[in-house]
Amino acid sequence: MTATAGSDRAGRAVLEAVGVTKRFGRVTAVDRASIAVMPGEVVGLLGANGAGKTTLVRMLLGLLRPSAGEVRMFGSAPSLETRRRLGYVPQGRGLYDDLSARENLAFVDAAFGLRRDRRGSARASVGDGGRPVGELPLGVQRRVAFEAALGHDPDLLVLDEPTSGVGPLSRARLWDTIREAAEAGAAVLVTTHHMDEAEQCDRLVVMADGRVRVEGELDAIVGGEQAVEVRADRWEDAFAALDDAGLRLTLSGRALRLPGGDADRVRRALADRGVRADLAVVPATLEEAFVRLAAPV
Amino acid sequence: MSAPATAPGAAPGARPGRAEGRAWGVRDLTVRYGRRTAVEHVTVETAPGTVTAVVGGDGAGKTTVLRALVGAVRPAGGTVTAPDRRRLGYVSAGPGVYPDLTVDGNLAFVAGAYGLTGAAARERAAELLARTGLTGARGRLAGQLSGGMRRKLALACALLHEPDLLALDEPTTGVDPVSRAELWGLLTRAAAAGAAVLLSTTYLDEAERTAFVVVLDGGGQLAAGPPDEVVARMPGAIVEAAERPAWAGDHAWRRGRAWRAWVPDGVVPAGAARVPPRLDDAVVVAALRRDGAAGAGAGAAGDGNGAGGGR
Repeated sequence: MTATAGSDRAGRAVLEAVGVTKRFGRVTAVDRASIAVMPGEVVGLLGANGAGKTTLVRMLLGLLRPSAGEVRMFGSAPSLETRRRLGYVPQGRGLYDDLSARENLAFVDAAFGLRRDRRGSARASVGDGGRPVGELPLGVQRRVAFEAALGHDPDLLVLDEPTSGVGPLSRARLWDTIREAAEAGAAVLVTTHHMDEAEQCDRLVVMADGRVRVEGELDAIVGGEQAVEVRADRWEDAFAALDDAGLRLTLSGRALRLPGGDADRVRRALADRGVRADLAVVPATLEEAFVRLAAPV
Repeated sequence: MSAPATAPGAAPGARPGRAEGRAWGVRDLTVRYGRRTAVEHVTVETAPGTVTAVVGGDGAGKTTVLRALVGAVRPAGGTVTAPDRRRLGYVSAGPGVYPDLTVDGNLAFVAGAYGLTGAAARERAAELLARTGLTGARGRLAGQLSGGMRRKLALACALLHEPDLLALDEPTTGVDPVSRAELWGLLTRAAAAGAAVLLSTTYLDEAERTAFVVVLDGGGQLAAGPPDEVVARMPGAIVEAAERPAWAGDHAWRRGRAWRAWVPDGVVPAGAARVPPRLDDAVVVAALRRDGAAGAGAGAAGDGNGAGGGR
């Protein structure tokens, strides 16, 4: 929808895949995918299971060699040297459960050859009393994982569902941290299944069937997508009529929503059963737009 | 289980919001595991044809509420009202299936446990497989399915006997959006057919689809009501700004590049743009108010995930 990887962005990208393909035997997991993450930008990578997201990220991190195409991290092929400037938070958090928060951070500092005191950072707020990290609440574990990944002031952050499983306020605070890193110039790539996270990103890249299906800002992705909202006195009757007509629908409070916005078809299906309901064509949610875009063809 | 398990001395819990015909649920529930209080004074109810969501982060008490509802844990206080165990469908967090059995084997085992036999039972299983897109996977071991497929199989198993009450512990966690839409289709269909549904989730956008939402945090109840009422009851106002509003202190957080801030008295400072609050704003505000009420001396306690957890 907006500029694709390459063209005007070429050369400036912190992390970039250009026409990358990965085959496993006869299966093409990633098919000529291109993606670029600029300094200061938070890019969300979305896709259903099997869309090729994980394979693409592994190639971007240099953990997997592309069958074709090119990956560049800071302008060159991913290597130990470029990965020094990378902070990575896997979904499993990547911490040593048996070590305390402080020990985990000291270990990471040592691995990156850092010898500085990070007082004043979120570490001070952990207050774990030396308990093993595995025993701490998940929100604290996530914060420690962020600390570990951010400690060496990376220019690139790769985060896998960074706020999964935490409450709304913790989620907001973790996103403050991600945004601070971006404002300090880091390029951030977030992979997620959840729209609460996706809508925090500056730009989204949606994959399906190994390909980049669409990319752009949230408004552009949702773009002209619409949904039909149905309100009936008895939503159960409306649901039965629409479900039996083979329409894909979901609940929204006591209303029903049908992604796609074909109001005539909805009206007919309701009329066939004599169900009286109010219909409105409304803008689709990101999730509704995404399901339509990401559904396997 | 049909008789409410009432603990002596349990106070009648305040009913949150509207309470039209809420047949099943927990009221003023307190559960302790040894010395640790997992949930305290929590009321969550649902009714036939209603989907209710319990939402919160890790350690909020969601699983405990569901376990109490299905009779897997004995409350220290409060009442539990649930149908007979045979009229109950429960999907626990985690895989919720037998990994060493095939898809068909899982359904057959559950059917046997509920005494479902004959052509009708087979038809029901076939219909659920078709609706979950699992027909092609009938011979595969459940342990070899993707996360989304496993959760769909678990829900199919729980729906097999057409339960009156469906209790689902994080049915969509780790599930991709396409599978999530299928799971929602399935549970909405169950509700439309008259089941009462109670599900837990860590995501507010998901909770927002339900008729009634109870927000838990650190074992306590942060907010409850129909999503639009929870938003409407939020005190003060929400403003949006491009820069961090200096006046807002801890009452500011990010959404995308923009800042959002809570103005407790609703008097919007000059230069700030008031925006309509959303459910996530209302819940963040509820957490901020609770933390404020808990005393500034404790510092920013987060929301049960931040620092500490149980209170």
